[in-house]
Amino acid sequence: MATVELTFSALPAHVRTARLVATAIARRTGVEESLLDEVRLAVGEACSRAVEAHRAHCPGEPIRIELRDDSGRFEVTVSDQAPSDETLQEQPLDLGMLSDSFMSGFGIAVIAGLADDVEVFPSPKGMRIRMSWPAAMNGHPSF
Amino acid sequence: MDLKLDHRTEDGLTIVEVEGEIDVYTAPRLRELLIDLVNKGNFHLLVNMEKVDFLDSTGLGVLVGGLKRVRAHDGSLELVCTQERILKIFRITGLTKVFGIYASVDEAKEAHGKDK
Repeated sequence: MATVELTFSALPAHVRTARLVATAIARRTGVEESLLDEVRLAVGEACSRAVEAHRAHCPGEPIRIELRDDSGRFEVTVSDQAPSDETLQEQPLDLGMLSDSFMSGFGIAVIAGLADDVEVFPSPKGMRIRMSWPAAMNGHPSF
Repeated sequence: MDLKLDHRTEDGLTIVEVEGEIDVYTAPRLRELLIDLVNKGNFHLLVNMEKVDFLDSTGLGVLVGGLKRVRAHDGSLELVCTQERILKIFRITGLTKVFGIYASVDEAKEAHGKDK
């Protein structure tokens, strides 16, 4: 198993960097080209959610991403340190109830729609989102 | 790539050209533009997303916010988008039922004309 870890301050500008790093490592790990857009968006969503949560609760604390090549899977874990009570949005859409802040909950719904395998671990000490995609066993796991 | 924004008015429709990435960093600029347009009396907006490379839920939130603002004035906010990777996000979130999505600016203008 090879791992890349990245920590960054809770600034929106850093989310793009995190997306680019995740996409580059996914490609190197052997994730199919057709899935790279999904990796880029899902990682971006997880990092955006974490940045917003940190800015609200603990702006000085860093956000952590782990990117792993694990037996034919490319696995990404985004961990924040902000207390979370978010749940997946499952109600029918009503424009009247949608607000910019409500939309932030869409991030996890989008991730669930994109990643092949997703687990969300909310807790009072922060949220951890683990997601993974298939990667070629003969990829390029030499980080 | 950063975000480039431009707008023009044609046949009573304000066309907003968006190019680049709409994410948590750049979305506030799009939000400000949409608010400014509505505040200046532009209530029928068409957002051309054909040159958008990336859109996340923050961007969706800005578009929904814009739609709510124009609807408060009996206006409309519709989209031009044919890129599958962008359309997929609208489908996942169910927002294809909320926005009118057209294949071209001309198609949207024609539909807008019929609605008048």
